[in-house]
Amino acid sequence: MSILVIAEHDNSNLKAGTLNTLAAAQQLSGDVDLFISGNNHDGVINEAKTIDGLNQIISVDSEIYNNFLAEDIANIVASLESEYDYFLAPSSTFGKNFMPRVAAKIDTQMISDIIEILSEDTYKRPIYAGSCIATVKSNDSKKVITVRTTAFDPVQKNNSDVPVKTIDALTELNLSSFVGEELAQSDRPELTSASIVISGGRGMQSGDNFHLLDSIADKLGAAVGASRAAVDAGFVPNDYQVGQTGKIVAPDLYIAVGISGAIQHLAGMKDSKVIVAINKDEDAPIFQVADYGLVADLFNALPEIDSKL
Amino acid sequence: MKILVPIKRVVDYNVKVRPLSDNTDVDLNNVKMAVNPFCEIALEEAVRIKEAGNADEIIAITVGKNESQEQLRTALALGADRAILVESDELLEPLAIAKVLAKISTEESPDIILMGKQAIDGDNNQTGQMLAELLGVSQATNASEVTIEGDVLKVTREIDGGLQTIQITKPAIITTDLRLNEPRYASLPNIMKAKKKELTVKPVTDLGIDVTKRVDVLSVELPPSREAGVMVETVDDLLEKLKNEAKVIS
Repeated sequence: MSILVIAEHDNSNLKAGTLNTLAAAQQLSGDVDLFISGNNHDGVINEAKTIDGLNQIISVDSEIYNNFLAEDIANIVASLESEYDYFLAPSSTFGKNFMPRVAAKIDTQMISDIIEILSEDTYKRPIYAGSCIATVKSNDSKKVITVRTTAFDPVQKNNSDVPVKTIDALTELNLSSFVGEELAQSDRPELTSASIVISGGRGMQSGDNFHLLDSIADKLGAAVGASRAAVDAGFVPNDYQVGQTGKIVAPDLYIAVGISGAIQHLAGMKDSKVIVAINKDEDAPIFQVADYGLVADLFNALPEIDSKL
Repeated sequence: MKILVPIKRVVDYNVKVRPLSDNTDVDLNNVKMAVNPFCEIALEEAVRIKEAGNADEIIAITVGKNESQEQLRTALALGADRAILVESDELLEPLAIAKVLAKISTEESPDIILMGKQAIDGDNNQTGQMLAELLGVSQATNASEVTIEGDVLKVTREIDGGLQTIQITKPAIITTDLRLNEPRYASLPNIMKAKKKELTVKPVTDLGIDVTKRVDVLSVELPPSREAGVMVETVDDLLEKLKNEAKVIS
């Protein structure tokens, strides 16, 4: 059996989720190759050469792949169909964008967002925003899978020289083109890989009030997140959103501030190791999943926490 | 210009879904069903494009059981001009649904297919991309803004790091994210009018597509529950417990 993991990166660095996806791949039996499509991504290849348990790196370097457009990535990944039995990618907006195209191209019913591998063909995955966990068995001969990265511990990087095989780019499909990007610039850790996350909800009342969270986040080395309600209200941009349709996080400590705890939000954070809820409504459902609950007005509690850290 | 809007009948998003007692599937007995929220957003966007004079016809389509006619009537009340039900007694998997939609798209030749990025039952987030691949057309997933400039569509997409804008050419598939728009409610006169609009039912067996299941659901269970936590009275108590009991801050 041979397994191909498609790397997520930004042409400079690997995204952390790639290492978690590799960990899932290594639970299957077979050689694991890492596929890196990008443009001038030598830094990514050098980083990947240090990953433990890799058979080889397959690299394709072309400006066609500079912006990771789904049509062209799916095209080249699917062109490797005859060489692999498994195709895995992180279940991020990157992986979700092109993997279904790969599956359609090789006529396989894809399995999204697995959280556990029970055997070569049987996996667990959340459905209904995580209200239930389904155990599913794929009967297709080729498997196309996305991995919920928080459910697998990352592989280590103690290796030195994983071999690299370079392949040629395919002809550009020219179906879509990149116009621009507005990426959040932050010195804080990334939401999905931070060990502490502090999130605000509708209770924050305004975007300005998020500075109360920022200050605590800086002291704790935490990432700042938000509920859908806070994003919909325009307090913070979409990339803050934790939940069913936003980011899935599972940090060591998750602090939910002014968040009621709608199931859509819980779906994104309930696998956190320790959950703290601060809310002035003692009946808020968030308290049902919290390890520590504090019924308080956040406008008093946050400055107090900030001053005592 | 013609817009095709695939929609899905799902459990209402307010319903807390539980497994059946024998854990073979989720318990959908007597639960409220609705149009998948992301599909409502897709339909609303189509209606706005038509209202802006950029489209002539909106066709709502679903692949599902006969009772899905209810959701198609809702779509007609919200502004679709006609509707198609591809009837199947079995609930189909995303790839099979994409194949059915591809077949109908070849017959209808829509300029844009607008659909939800995922259905809130299976949370798969696959059908739109699969359909785009089967038709060999471009895609823009997770749309939060759509601008039409002649044959060119500019779509802003919600991605993990922020926002990305891409340009796609018709025919194309756009899947919708939450913040694309706020769907309207159907007015009573429009609900009445919807009853007279054309709704075609085609059995899936007439399409000659292999829709055999590829994946077996072996069991459906509740996720492991979290142990009950404690309530603390003060910020000092909280910080003390986080430092000394949970040991997650220093």
